[in-house]
Amino acid sequence: MTAQAVIVTDKVFSLKGGIHPDERKTLSNTTPITEVPLPSVLILPLTMHLGAPADPVVSVGSTVRKGDVLATAVGGISAAVHAPTSGRICAIEDRIIAHESGLPAPCILLEADGEDDWRDRRGLPNWQAQPVDELIQRLRDCGVVGQGGAGFPTDVKYRNKHKPITTLLINAAECEPYITADDRLMRERADEILQGAVIAKHLLGANTIRLGIEDNKPQALAAMREAADRLGVDLRISVVPTKYPSGGERQLIQLVTGQEVPRGGLPSDLGIVCQNVGTLASIYRAIVLDEPLISRVTTVTGEAVDAPGNYEVRIGTPIETVLNQAGVHLKKADRVIMGGPMMGFAIPDITAPLMKTTNCLLVPTRKELPRPMPDNPCIRCGLCEQACPVNLLPQQLFWASKHRDLDAAELHSINDCIECGACAYVCPSRIPLVQYYRYAKGELRNEQEEQIKSERARARFEARQARLEKERLEKEARRKARAKAAAEARAAKAENGSGEPDAQDDAIKAAMARAKAKKAGAAQNTAELSREDLEKALELAATKVKKANERLVVAEQESPDMVPALRKALTKLEEKHRTAQAALENAAHGQPIKPEPKKETDS
Amino acid sequence: MTGLNLTSPHVTGRTSVSWVMGWVLLALVPGWIVLIVSFSLGYAINMVLALLTALLAEALLLAWRGRPVMFFLKDLSALVTAALLALALPPLAPWWLTVLGTMIAIVFAKQLFGGLGNNPFNPAMVAYALLLVSLPLYMTTRWASPDFSLPITDTLAIIFAGQTPVDGATGATPLDVYKLDISRLTSAEVLQSPIFGSWVAEGWDVANLAFLAGGGLLLWKRIITWHIPVSFLAGLGIMALLFSGDADVRTPIDLHLFAGATMLGAFFIATDPVSAATSNRGKLVYGAGIGVLIYLIRTWGNYPDAVAFAVLLMNFAAPLIDHYTRPRVYGHDKSVKGFKND
Repeated sequence: MTAQAVIVTDKVFSLKGGIHPDERKTLSNTTPITEVPLPSVLILPLTMHLGAPADPVVSVGSTVRKGDVLATAVGGISAAVHAPTSGRICAIEDRIIAHESGLPAPCILLEADGEDDWRDRRGLPNWQAQPVDELIQRLRDCGVVGQGGAGFPTDVKYRNKHKPITTLLINAAECEPYITADDRLMRERADEILQGAVIAKHLLGANTIRLGIEDNKPQALAAMREAADRLGVDLRISVVPTKYPSGGERQLIQLVTGQEVPRGGLPSDLGIVCQNVGTLASIYRAIVLDEPLISRVTTVTGEAVDAPGNYEVRIGTPIETVLNQAGVHLKKADRVIMGGPMMGFAIPDITAPLMKTTNCLLVPTRKELPRPMPDNPCIRCGLCEQACPVNLLPQQLFWASKHRDLDAAELHSINDCIECGACAYVCPSRIPLVQYYRYAKGELRNEQEEQIKSERARARFEARQARLEKERLEKEARRKARAKAAAEARAAKAENGSGEPDAQDDAIKAAMARAKAKKAGAAQNTAELSREDLEKALELAATKVKKANERLVVAEQESPDMVPALRKALTKLEEKHRTAQAALENAAHGQPIKPEPKKETDS
Repeated sequence: MTGLNLTSPHVTGRTSVSWVMGWVLLALVPGWIVLIVSFSLGYAINMVLALLTALLAEALLLAWRGRPVMFFLKDLSALVTAALLALALPPLAPWWLTVLGTMIAIVFAKQLFGGLGNNPFNPAMVAYALLLVSLPLYMTTRWASPDFSLPITDTLAIIFAGQTPVDGATGATPLDVYKLDISRLTSAEVLQSPIFGSWVAEGWDVANLAFLAGGGLLLWKRIITWHIPVSFLAGLGIMALLFSGDADVRTPIDLHLFAGATMLGAFFIATDPVSAATSNRGKLVYGAGIGVLIYLIRTWGNYPDAVAFAVLLMNFAAPLIDHYTRPRVYGHDKSVKGFKND
């Protein structure tokens, strides 16, 4: 790397809306990154990333060395979990993790042995010589995920190249108040970040590395510039104005390129892949040093913290341990927020472990971040609309969400909301707007799932109907075939003339004759016994017909709407009367009385 | 630590509804003082009457509706409605007119629709329009003449004791006078009348400038955006330029802009967010509509100052405007218009 680096500063495009909350960055960005000592037990959730949970490959009791795989990635979007230190697996069980739900999730518990003994590493200082596919596979094997926000598995970004990539955009905006992890990382490890960027550029086949950084980090920018110059890395820099949420991927792309990621699309549609500085440092470590993602830099800050600053923490360290190291006064604190004040969430339990995505632990006093106040009605002032960075009408979304009018919410593009919270920040009525939107989005998701479910049920039902119909037709066909065969057989028999009747035939015929005789006798008895009954039945039927006739006449005068029903009833009674008469006559002629034949049903 | 389970955002800005309303009240003060000094102490009396009535009516209605009384009184929105009405009513109208108007505004136009944020029409303008059509005599003849200094005792007697003002103490507004007189006189002759004074219209011109300054304050504090006032004034101004070229036929543009309630309307009444259109583009349509309607009503209608009717008519249109002026969302090819998503 001897060539002179070309470092240019680009013009910056504008971003609509946005807000300027108190930055509070100097609370934590003045001291160097320090390490948090190894805890005795590390808790490693199987889901520290977006996608399928990792699959454990160790069992309780087995010993592992630092960097060994504990759980492997499953399926297309997933990330492996590694041992942050050497020790013994003491349990694989459900533990509470840092998630809004507060629900326990499966975790691997690793008891540290204190040796911190690395596995054999096979670093690739000459990574350029390796095939790209192998390098990407190594990112997956090393469990590298995006460390800026959602924890998207990094290898996927390099694998899915449905469009040619021209630009690697380094996201160094770090626009959330309080957080300074990226700031400190750039100041102290700019080399690692840039080398990671060079690897990423190679993997993508991109031709440009661009850096998007807010103008409130001059020292970090200077460090990056100096490192790029020293390493001979060409860099195009965009210094964006300090404004929240300029660090959102799509917002930064707009600021740096003036383009918008199309609706429902990805940055790669514009030929851009965006990576956070921490992720790039992890890529460097994974490829060049063969170190999986087992630790990260986290900001611990807030007024309830004695020593706010940035800490290098092993993944899986209980948050409590980190807070103790930074000297947190839990009595002064109102809550512990994971992430920043704009998009973070209060964690349900501080025994939960620090994860790959934990960029900040914010421990404010109640005065610093007051609890929500009761909200006033919306006065439709429209300040939210001026603040929305994606050009939505937050106020209309609020009305739609509040009234659970999901169609209206969709009409106003609720799914384009990035939940940045700028609208809620400026709202003079203090309406928890983002919470309303989350509710509506959840309801929409549920509704869509319901629809898919009922769609499936309908398909299932129709398939069953089709199957039954097919079976019925087949049965019918078989029956017809049998009938035909029988008819043919009979015809053949008739043609052959009467064969020799054998003994068995004789026996059957004799039995049938006996049964016939018996039946006839019984019928005779019935006829004799029930003659009186039949006469009675006839009489009753006649009375009923008479009465029904009378009722019909009355109805015809008084309630015409009853006439059809009565007429029907009369017809039925007359039918009965006739049947009874016929039965009596038959009985008189000594014929057996048959029960009324049942109507044949077509089935 | 209590382990509060809260989701983002955890931090909010410093504005509040009472902050917004407080600034609006403050921004009205310069214009109010100019009106008192130029015309009559009646503006001060009206203001006190309206504010007190509004607080009382709001409190009673809130209590009756079972809402927290103090919580809503503290948002100051009732006071803004009352102040706007007090500035719009003639200063020498009897006391009960002001009280009645304020009660109509708070009880009928605001609380019966559901209180703050739920009224489809601007409450002060509903009251003003109702008074204007029901009691036209008081609403058109009790404007104080700028060149007549009325003693305080007489002012009080006119307002509270039902005394009839002496000749010359009251009259019609300059817009009214010009419209009536231009049919038989030339512009120069009409402007001879002392009510037009040295510049546009004695007292009214300065008051309009003061309201314009107050509007500037609201813009600076970002309580309102430029869209409604600018399109309002542009709509009215362009109509006047198109049709009022000959001052001997119709009221000229300077009177339209500086003689009536134009600036009060453009910066304080039309910008009432509750009853206005929402999006920036919608606000442009809404404001321009009011400006055009004001010109139409003033020129070919029966009312000399048409802010109230124009605002109310556009209040009707605001929801429809909102449906056709949505902004284009990030990443979309075009904005979604109308009532159906495709």
